Amino acid sequence: MADDPLVLGDLSLASRLIMGTGGAPSLDVLERALTASGTELTTVAMRRVDPSAHGSVLSVLQRLGIRVLPNTAGCFTAGEAVLTARLAREALGTDLVKLEVVADERTLLPDPVELLDAAETLVDDGFTVLPYTNDDPVLARRLQDVGCAAVMPLGSPIGSGLGIRNPHNFQLIVEHARVPVILDAGAGTASDVALAMELGCAGVMLASAVTRAQEPVVMAEAMRHAVEAGRLARLAGRIPKRHFAHPSSPTHGTAHLDPERPAF
Amino acid sequence: MPSSRTSDVLVIGGGIIGLVTAWRAAQRGLTTVVVDPEPGGGAAQVAAGMLAAVTELHYGEQTLLGLNLASAARYPDFAAELTELTGHGLGYRRCGTLAVALDADDRAHLRELHALQRDSGLASEWLSGRECRRLEPMLAPGVRGGLRVDGDHQIDPRRLAAALLAACESAGVVFHREWAERLTVTGDRAVGCVARDGTALSAGRVVLAAGSLSGRLAGVPDDVLPPVRPVKGQVLRLTVPRRYAPFLSRTVRAVVRGSHVYLVPRVDGELVVGATSEELGWDTTVTAGGVYELLRDAHELVPGITELPLTETRAGLRPGSPDNAPLLGPTALEGLLLATGHFRNGVLLTPVTGDAMAQVLTTGELPDVARPFTPRRFRAAALSEQPA
Repeated sequence: MADDPLVLGDLSLASRLIMGTGGAPSLDVLERALTASGTELTTVAMRRVDPSAHGSVLSVLQRLGIRVLPNTAGCFTAGEAVLTARLAREALGTDLVKLEVVADERTLLPDPVELLDAAETLVDDGFTVLPYTNDDPVLARRLQDVGCAAVMPLGSPIGSGLGIRNPHNFQLIVEHARVPVILDAGAGTASDVALAMELGCAGVMLASAVTRAQEPVVMAEAMRHAVEAGRLARLAGRIPKRHFAHPSSPTHGTAHLDPERPAF
Repeated sequence: MPSSRTSDVLVIGGGIIGLVTAWRAAQRGLTTVVVDPEPGGGAAQVAAGMLAAVTELHYGEQTLLGLNLASAARYPDFAAELTELTGHGLGYRRCGTLAVALDADDRAHLRELHALQRDSGLASEWLSGRECRRLEPMLAPGVRGGLRVDGDHQIDPRRLAAALLAACESAGVVFHREWAERLTVTGDRAVGCVARDGTALSAGRVVLAAGSLSGRLAGVPDDVLPPVRPVKGQVLRLTVPRRYAPFLSRTVRAVVRGSHVYLVPRVDGELVVGATSEELGWDTTVTAGGVYELLRDAHELVPGITELPLTETRAGLRPGSPDNAPLLGPTALEGLLLATGHFRNGVLLTPVTGDAMAQVLTTGELPDVARPFTPRRFRAAALSEQPA
């Protein structure tokens, strides 16, 4: 069961780690980090890349055989996001879109009203919509209801590295989800990623935690292991938390060390 | 019938890198031709001209740091030599750089940079916000701290280009003012190029120094084609009226909520504000968003800029390489050398590039400082790019 693929619309992925490219110090480091991460799907901001340009980040993804997930980063209205998604579909020939509609530059938090509007329009238009959303269980449900192929709640603001600030909301979202739940934004280090998977996320999306690390390639490998470890732990079922100790060694049939009595 | 021309060295591209290569080669007695429709143009017409080896330090770029420092150290003599020879000033200012932070997040980022600088043995001093503002009173009151780097200087790249052009002319470099259309390869050896006007330019060695266009020259075999891509940068120029002078007395830069902005004040009152970094192919349009972001961040850093005339908006293309470092020296194709891929550091690396290229053209060997930047480091990657 640990080998189940992550299914997003028609897409089936063995790796549950989705990468972003923003903040990479160089294309060379990015290429090695993506390879180390084992990712099969990587998101690219369509407003910052020209798909027809050679030698850019898209060429790197092509060379590595990684599927491109266009995103609508930098859009503040549903109208801009829909337009950007359509241009991306035309340029890249993919129905996949990571939908981002943010409210302001300071927090980069999603604007829930615009997001839902854009999601509805794009689903109607035949897109496989993966929305970057708040960690709001109600909004997550509404996004599913309009036909999104996954929901991607933030653990904390983009690039903050603050991890999952409200694990309880993640549990609520996962419990009610009929589509994959993917942590998007906030992961700072491997334990954040493992926690997301332990909480029942189907995958993790991250960029800054790797690209802005001192050693991006090493951190990418750490993230790959963290996704796998967290997923296995979720499937294995963790032990209940207890207030007092519970000895891990058996208390019966052990060697007698009482010097007053012989051991046989 | 198309004309032809023969020389020891043919330099394709007359930007500052091509010009410095041609000048240094001619100084060593090599007959040199530069092919470029507009010599002295290119990215140098847009660049701000920061010589920022220390403040532009990044993790994983310590090898490049060595080359950057070597070139920065050459600048005083290089500028003096060019000025003496041509009468052109370069606007070389040893005024230093102040990198500041405006909030706690950016301050933490700057602290990390400071630690990396110290670990790399570089001179850089941490200042409190108040100390920063004593140095530069026009800075916003909210400045939380900064790094004073007196060793990061500036020049005016437009003057540099003009001076190099004059130096080339006085050294006898011949200019063929046309586009290079195709590299000429005869029997596994590069022997020249054909210009758009049909002229055949032949030479003992060909140096491809065409900046962001270096990856596009026809006739270059795939396995030696430099992996160079254009990275667009939008740059603004403001003017400081005399009544406000000096306004800023050194280069001021910051990371404002993750995006880089710098203000470079020239002696003549020009104030350069840059720069965006965009992977948009060959597009060089100036966009509302680009200008807005630069002015927004610059205004947050130095609120008084709103009073200054905005005199120019322009976009140029940095020649980006996969590891952000230049490609210098011989390629696997006999007779073809590269001097390209200087990315953010073309102006800074001009002196050391000229010296390294002159040495490799005369002796066949790169100097030690340039050896890690051989184009051959990408050859394995280029070969594995072939579709399976």
